[in-house]
Amino acid sequence: MDTIYALASAAGKAGISVIRLSGPAAFDATRELAGSGLTERGMALRGLRNSDGVLLDQALVLTFPGPNSFTGEDVAEFQVHGSVAVIDSVLHSLSKINDLRPAEAGEFTRRALENGRLDLAQVEGLADLIDAETEQQRIQAQNVFVGKLGNLAEQWRISLIRAASLIEATIDFADEDVPVDVSPEVNELLDAVHSDLQTQINGSRISERIRDGFEIAIVGPPNVGKSTLLNALAGREAALTSEHAGTTRDVIEVRMNLAGLPVTFLDTAGLRETTDTVEGMGIALARKRAEQADLRVFLSENGDKLEITAQEDDIIVRPKADLRRQKEQAVSGVTGEGLNELIDGITEVLRNRTASAGLATRERHRTAMIRADQALLTAQDEVSKGPERYDIAAEELRQGIRALESLVGRVDVENFLDEIFASFCVGK
Amino acid sequence: MFHVKHLDFDVVVVGGGHAGTEAAHASARIGVRTVLITLSKDDIGVMSCNPAIGGLGKGHLVREIDALDGIIGRIADVAGIQFRLLNRRKGPAVQGPRAQIDRAIYKRAMLTEIESCENLTILQGEAADFLMEGERVTGVVLGDGSKVTAQAVVLTTGTFLRGVIHIGDVARPGGRMGDKPSVKLAERIDSFGLPLGRLKTGTPPRLNGQTIDWNGLEMQPGDDDPALFSFLSSNASARQISCGITHTNPKTHEIIEQNLNRSAMYGGHLDGVGPRYCPSIEDKIVRFSEKNSHQVFLEPESLSDHVIYPNGISTSLPVDIQNEYVRSIKGLESVEILQPGYAIEYDYVDPRALDAQLAVRDIPGLYLAGQINGTTGYEEAAAQGLCAGLNAAHAALGRDPITFSRSDSYIGVMIDDLTTRGVSEPYRMFTSRAEFRLSLRADNADQRLTPLGISIGCVSDNRKAVYRRKKEQIAQAYAILTESHFTPKQIGDSGIRINQDGGRRTALELLTFPDITIESLLNLLPELDAVEPEIRRQVEREALYVHYIERQQKDIDALRRDEHQKIPSDFDFNGISGLSNEIKQKLSRVKPANLAQAGKIDGMTPAALTLLLVRLRRNQKADRA
Ligand SMILES: Cc1cc2nc3c(=O)[nH]c(=O)nc-3n(C[C@H](O)[C@H](O)[C@H](O)COP(=O)(O)OP(=O)(O)OC[C@H]3O[C@@H](n4cnc5c(N)ncnc54)[C@H](O)[C@@H]3O)c2cc1C
Repeated sequence: MDTIYALASAAGKAGISVIRLSGPAAFDATRELAGSGLTERGMALRGLRNSDGVLLDQALVLTFPGPNSFTGEDVAEFQVHGSVAVIDSVLHSLSKINDLRPAEAGEFTRRALENGRLDLAQVEGLADLIDAETEQQRIQAQNVFVGKLGNLAEQWRISLIRAASLIEATIDFADEDVPVDVSPEVNELLDAVHSDLQTQINGSRISERIRDGFEIAIVGPPNVGKSTLLNALAGREAALTSEHAGTTRDVIEVRMNLAGLPVTFLDTAGLRETTDTVEGMGIALARKRAEQADLRVFLSENGDKLEITAQEDDIIVRPKADLRRQKEQAVSGVTGEGLNELIDGITEVLRNRTASAGLATRERHRTAMIRADQALLTAQDEVSKGPERYDIAAEELRQGIRALESLVGRVDVENFLDEIFASFCVGK
Repeated sequence: MFHVKHLDFDVVVVGGGHAGTEAAHASARIGVRTVLITLSKDDIGVMSCNPAIGGLGKGHLVREIDALDGIIGRIADVAGIQFRLLNRRKGPAVQGPRAQIDRAIYKRAMLTEIESCENLTILQGEAADFLMEGERVTGVVLGDGSKVTAQAVVLTTGTFLRGVIHIGDVARPGGRMGDKPSVKLAERIDSFGLPLGRLKTGTPPRLNGQTIDWNGLEMQPGDDDPALFSFLSSNASARQISCGITHTNPKTHEIIEQNLNRSAMYGGHLDGVGPRYCPSIEDKIVRFSEKNSHQVFLEPESLSDHVIYPNGISTSLPVDIQNEYVRSIKGLESVEILQPGYAIEYDYVDPRALDAQLAVRDIPGLYLAGQINGTTGYEEAAAQGLCAGLNAAHAALGRDPITFSRSDSYIGVMIDDLTTRGVSEPYRMFTSRAEFRLSLRADNADQRLTPLGISIGCVSDNRKAVYRRKKEQIAQAYAILTESHFTPKQIGDSGIRINQDGGRRTALELLTFPDITIESLLNLLPELDAVEPEIRRQVEREALYVHYIERQQKDIDALRRDEHQKIPSDFDFNGISGLSNEIKQKLSRVKPANLAQAGKIDGMTPAALTLLLVRLRRNQKADRA
């Protein structure tokens, strides 16, 4: 029996989130994150750490040994801060533990049912719950298929069907007119999928975000109060501020936790034309970083031309609220006026983004891609050993395809057969 | 005054083809009074198409039938005139035994087997209608009006449902029936309202071997060391022969191309769907026009005559064109056609109307097996016959149904495919259809199924004894292989090259390396010398796949769990809140018999499955309360 894990409370909401594990390896996995010495059944406040020892969150860790647990198996729960980033970092660490896999929708309930842990009344209520879960899953699944990943997945599907059908053709139609050595084409197909998978796995925005958090650039002309604002946000003297315009030459980064989301604020050099070469370099760098950030907060007077183009969701506020009569839409790093509104605005944008993109789902996809990639590599290795290992290569390939099912859709033996009959003249 | 007879049996099997003989024999082995009704004793054991049994996937089926003491394997061993283990150079999981069969010997041996079978009566005649009691089939009415009553009827009449034979533009009703009574049986089946579909298949002309110029043709001999079908056979008994190989050429293709409009398949006379893996020569030439040559195997049909089956050129062209194109082929320049090739079109019953026992869901007492279910091939027919026969007998005795699983057999894979997915072309077995291919091997069919056979009592004492001995020997071999742990140095000293950094290993662990055999372990572990060659090979094959089999075991366990979660046949899927209408409709149409089948329905999500399980559990609870 596999050990499964998933976010058990609704995704992307603030407050407390519950990550649940169930199965024979649940407690081992818990020890890997929360350290040893937990009581058999009980509750403890623990720091969760990833395999590099980095602290992910302080969490309430609950353990319920089977059979007296929700599912009837060993169950552990982490109650973590309800930030998307925290949740993802924990899910990410779990995905790296052997014998663990993300739960399917409704799978906890299913295990509970199978182990006779739910009574009739409970079961009635669950139907609605799972229904909602399905809808969520459907929407998330659709999200994945718009855009680039959707196109890639379609290509993968074609390549994998072709590769598997080549191998299967040599197996099932051995005494017919099919090529004997299919390894060159199989390799070519799998190489391409492998390299795409690698790019997706390494470059996926999600892992970057888990590592670095979101970048938010504070943009505005010199001396408009950017550094003061940053200091106010950070609660310490992070950037050097002075009355004199052009003090902040380099991009200054301040990492902080904004309502549970890890963010890095970038204090950019005041963007203005300058003849000072050192300052000029600072400005070019600042412009580039600001443009690439996840979000920009512009400190700008109404109607002024913005230094760089605003992108969707970007926030524009007026500077130096303390010096104004009209305080609307204005913020001051000195007095803290408008600061809470600004923070609320930022967190809302970020949370919307993460929630709608279904980070948990993407983490699931990433896990799937890693598994698939390993299987495809093994398949290639087996193919290289010659036809005598084709049955094993085919098995690996199937495993790989199965891992990718959530992305490429269900691939069935009929698909292999269609491809075989379309490309080879079999039938003696 | 009544001259018609009234007979009573437990199980009636209609049709003496490959499905029928296997069904009747299986039912009789269970120990119930069984009758096999066939038009003529002459039809028993007839091979209507190519004279070969086994192959990839098909060979697996034959081994499985044999593991349950079925007959096709033993008879094929007696009648085999050329044995070849296909994929000999590939992994053992995908090796399939195949044999060229002497038709005459096969027929004779089959008839003897059926005639000498205890509890089994042969009745010559035509099943003209069913006896009905309400919805229930309670027996068969014969052409002469005689009645045969039974608890269960297994119908295995092959292509008889509206069979039409086409030779060129000439078509005639096919099958051996034609007359009124069988029309009545067809009408009766119509009245059941079962979903029907139309399929077609073809066969090549038969050639006179004495008119073939064998000189200069490539010859393909059988294996020196024949791999037999039955776990009880020890050697081939018939004289062994070689098959010839020749090729079509551009001239052949030109003749066919110019006459395509006269082919039944291409002239628009046929609308059934043909098998893509067994295309007619017309099809090959049209679809693969870039190829200017196709292989033709010249397979002797018998040691006692000169009929040659030219495998690869099945056709429905007119006889004169058949003559012309066949004679354009090397070696066949002055060949005589003994019987022209033809295509046959027939109705089949959509097997989704059947349950996993091959019983028609809506008509109690009736089982269908063989080509009538949309399959093709002797092995596929025989395997279904076995399943239907065992279950008909069990039903007659009021015993629990016998179900084959995708995780224990190709038989299970096939029946599951048929009954849950239906067919879109004549269904044939391939190894790629079995997701647990690495564990469902031809070599371990007995270990997978004979225990079932012993428990339901359908295997002979002899087989029981042979099986138990083998099991014991395997256990002993495993005991020897796991009893001691060797250091890398010990292993190295015995002549096996191995990484010296590793820890201690058992001999069994060593065996999982692809290049290590039992023989190479003899220095290390001389006790292994006592292990018989057959057992050695078996253990090696297991070891080769051990990691994969362990991995698959999880999937198998999950599948078994889902298979055990039965869904009652009257279950109301529409009552489940939270399921999409599309899924509800699909479930209501497919009527899955268990959760595993439900899970395979296209578009089914894990959450929807849980909902279904919730409802099933609730109902069970309500029933118990
Ligand atoms: C022309 C042709 C070409 C084929 N080509 C291939 C091929 O290339 N490869 C392949 O694998 N398979 C091929 N097959 C299929 C293979 O022969 C069949 O799938 C297999 O024999 C089916 O077995 P069965 O027992 O279902 O039916 P059959 O073997 O056809 O047996 C049916 C039996 O039922 C009897 N019967 C019918 N009606 C009645 C009645 N009313 N009362 C009493 N008895 C009745 C018949 O006399 C017959 O004995 C071909 C079949 C045909 C006809």
